[in-house]
Amino acid sequence: MSNLSFWGYRRENGRVGIRNHVVILPLDDLSNAACEAVANNIKGTLALPHHYGRLQFGEDLELHFRTLIGAGANPNVAAVVVIGIEPGWTARVVEGIAKTGKPVQGFAIEQHGDIETIASASRVAKDFLQAASELQREECPLSDLWVSHKCGESDTTSGMGANPTVGNFIDKTDAMGVTNCFGETSEITGAEHLCRERAINKEVGDKWFATWQAYMDEVIEPNKTSDLSESQPTKGNIEGGLTTIEEKAMGNLQKIGKNAKFIDVLVPAETPTKGPGLYFMDTSSAAAECVTLQAAGGFAVHIFPTGQGNIIGNPIEPVIKVTANPRTVRTMGEHVDLDVSGLLRREMNLDQAGDALIDMVIRTCNGRLTAAEALGHREFVMTKLYRSA
Amino acid sequence: MSSTPPDFLVHDERDAVGVVVVEGIEAGQNLSGWIMDSDKTISVKVNHAIPLGHKFALKNISNGESVLKYGENIGHAVADIAPGDHVHVHNLKTSKW
Repeated sequence: MSNLSFWGYRRENGRVGIRNHVVILPLDDLSNAACEAVANNIKGTLALPHHYGRLQFGEDLELHFRTLIGAGANPNVAAVVVIGIEPGWTARVVEGIAKTGKPVQGFAIEQHGDIETIASASRVAKDFLQAASELQREECPLSDLWVSHKCGESDTTSGMGANPTVGNFIDKTDAMGVTNCFGETSEITGAEHLCRERAINKEVGDKWFATWQAYMDEVIEPNKTSDLSESQPTKGNIEGGLTTIEEKAMGNLQKIGKNAKFIDVLVPAETPTKGPGLYFMDTSSAAAECVTLQAAGGFAVHIFPTGQGNIIGNPIEPVIKVTANPRTVRTMGEHVDLDVSGLLRREMNLDQAGDALIDMVIRTCNGRLTAAEALGHREFVMTKLYRSA
Repeated sequence: MSSTPPDFLVHDERDAVGVVVVEGIEAGQNLSGWIMDSDKTISVKVNHAIPLGHKFALKNISNGESVLKYGENIGHAVADIAPGDHVHVHNLKTSKW
């Protein structure tokens, strides 16, 4: 399986995407309406409405810019129109995306109003869309692929079936030079000693542990009012049989397999720079926030193992659902891309399940729509670190 | 591969709990289980109806004792637990947070 390939769009900066979106990107909440109007005018473009971008400051503001620039820079995006209320911060996002070499143009609403802005931006969006429509896929080695991972609405079947399947995928593709990423800082709690040991060396392990400890000290300790039962683990986790955060963490960590070592720890929405390998990104364990940050980090396809049936999608990074829960397959099969419930019946082994996942990832890269894409799930959720000024 | 699917799975030989992987398990049923890391088969009679994905005790667990799953500590008992008892939020709590 060492010579696997897929058909992708090679972008100006060499990165390879598996979708070919023209994105209409709002700088701030105020500009959502204009972006959605442009996307309505120019069919086939994609608006990414979100809730923030005003009066943020410090690290929270930097994360806002990093997320928007990262979303625009993602290789699944061919070109971007940015619309903001004023020109300064709009230009900052445009300049960030322009470093990839892809077409990008910004529009500010002040001094023009929505209607004139929508007209001007629509003309540019039309040109971008027609140019993107002529781009061709080319055959690329699997080592050109960046894959992110996060589980959700987990239950005990996640730790027994779906997550070990992802682990088998990571072990196999890490050896092929694929760039993989996991995250979910809070959800390693109870398995932090095991995660630390999976770092490539002591320096990276210490960096990981400091990231986890900072979350515990700065977020959990000052804000908790209970043992977090029903939040972490969630009500759905508990319904599915998971009792404690330690149990959930042990199941979560099955996702990184048995052999692969993580080579760096990324801040939220940071793009990896140390070459192929497994990365940890500091993220929330909430599905849409985590996947949005990973998409902004540049990951092209997401693998999402679930137990009780999380239905999340992302507008620019296709999300592949994997479950081992036979009841979820039966009751909400329209959300499931890969059924590995045979693992629990001993009808298949992990090696076979991992191979089936590699096959599903390649089919998705080549153009197969995921269940979440077909169902229209486009959860684009910015992470906010603290209240705005 | 096995011809008879197991009723429950156990991650590690050291674990105090097994996980039901089929639907409709009633109190008093004898269940067959598969210990994944050692590839052994065991059987246990359960004392309660156990939903798919939920745990039951494989041995006596005393109030306050650490509970192992995956061979790792997943919290502590907050009641005495007998073999075959349902194990969940009513008798097992996190030792974190």
